[in-house]
Amino acid sequence: MAITPPQFLLHHDGDNVAVVMEDMQPGILHGRSVKEGTESTALLNHAIPLGHKFALTDLAEGDAIIKYGIKVGLASAAIKKGDYIHTHNMRSYRWEASRA
Amino acid sequence: MGSKPRLMGYRRENGTMGIRNHVIILPLDDLSNAAAEAVAKVIPGTLALPHAFGRLQFGEDLQLTFDTLIGTGVNANVAAVVVIGIEPKWTQKVADGIAKTGKPVAAFSIEGKGDLQIIQEASRVAAMFLQDASGLEREPTQMGEMIMSVKCGESDTTSGLGSCPTTSQAVDRWVAAGGSVFFGETSELTGGEHLIAQRCIDDACRDLFQLTYDNYIKVIEATGANLLGSQPTQGNIAGGLTTIEEKALGNIAKTGSVPVVGVLKPAQAPDPKNPGLYFMDSSSAAAECVTLMAAGGAVIHLFPTGQGNVIGNPIIPVLKLTANIKTAKSMTEHIDLDVSGLLRYEYDLTVAGDMMMDVIYDTVNGRLCKAEVMGHREFTFTKLYISA
Repeated sequence: MAITPPQFLLHHDGDNVAVVMEDMQPGILHGRSVKEGTESTALLNHAIPLGHKFALTDLAEGDAIIKYGIKVGLASAAIKKGDYIHTHNMRSYRWEASRA
Repeated sequence: MGSKPRLMGYRRENGTMGIRNHVIILPLDDLSNAAAEAVAKVIPGTLALPHAFGRLQFGEDLQLTFDTLIGTGVNANVAAVVVIGIEPKWTQKVADGIAKTGKPVAAFSIEGKGDLQIIQEASRVAAMFLQDASGLEREPTQMGEMIMSVKCGESDTTSGLGSCPTTSQAVDRWVAAGGSVFFGETSELTGGEHLIAQRCIDDACRDLFQLTYDNYIKVIEATGANLLGSQPTQGNIAGGLTTIEEKALGNIAKTGSVPVVGVLKPAQAPDPKNPGLYFMDSSSAAAECVTLMAAGGAVIHLFPTGQGNVIGNPIIPVLKLTANIKTAKSMTEHIDLDVSGLLRYEYDLTVAGDMMMDVIYDTVNGRLCKAEVMGHREFTFTKLYISA
């Protein structure tokens, strides 16, 4: 089953964020979805470390961030496709007081 | 899976099966730590379990301390127990709770005698217990006779992708073999608690799970605090996890696919006639959670980590696995299994599960895990409220 190691993984097809598998520089990355095994390419706009997330679609403030096929937070600012996503532009929807 | 593994454990007086053979010196309270640690120095090979509480506690908080102390002594990885407390009544209560198993227990109290006399008296008994325990032999056993627990820590996004799904493989296999597994971390289900509720075996289990979850979260939410940095932790955030919901889904990814058969209070033992996957109400703080699970009867623990938590436990092996290649390379003295190859598609999840089971089998049979080798023996009580 050896394949080229993916540079990013998303849990499910349809997730709007993906995780990078090594410290990455901006550019076009190749990756795949874990559940369905769908291979794809995606644009990364920022340099981000292993394990950190970037957007697969444009997101408006308040939009749901989907990972594992489930809402895991909200965009707390407008996010462009390829942008780094973390505490600066994403927050919990369950614990309203928990934000950067 | 390969051929049926040959597993060997210690059969205790009450029929439970342990994989370690500790003689512990158990202080009732913080004041008795010094004497307990002195006994363990006089009789090397015994193990003192110092801790910070046990005085002026009351109500449910006191009961949880008793349950934690007694459960730790009752655990099948423990061959014999010396309990030392400042006064005789609560000391005897803990000793009596442990003695119900039929294992050797002795109680000593310090008031009116002083540390030095108690150290001498307790050391004589500890010496006898240790020698007797050393003569016990392992006998054949199988997974169905033992309780495993799972809890992750310093998780990052690789946990939900690799180390937690690998742990799930072990959970499903352990339960399929007739064993029981604990998971917990009540607050760390937030955003995915409905997934656990759906897996509860019946409405009674589901209602109890939901009530337990809601009560815990009420306490947290009532503070109105900004939890960013606490839950998720600063380590989680450094590893790329942003929200509690994101962390929770990774956490839940380690609980296997089997039904949840019961909900346990902190440190509560499951019904041995009803094996399966149990949820234990517990903090997500590593040492607190593993201490409670060991007190509930777990004899081995799987601990997926991302950024590299180093926790151990005095009486049960805590096996670390990670799918973070940086952690696997930089913290080799703590990591028992590197499954980062899963994320590079070098092997699939079934193979990762086989790798995990091989480490579990070796550990059951007596091979020390990294946390044991490194001397990580965190014994940490969960406090429900302030002391009187």
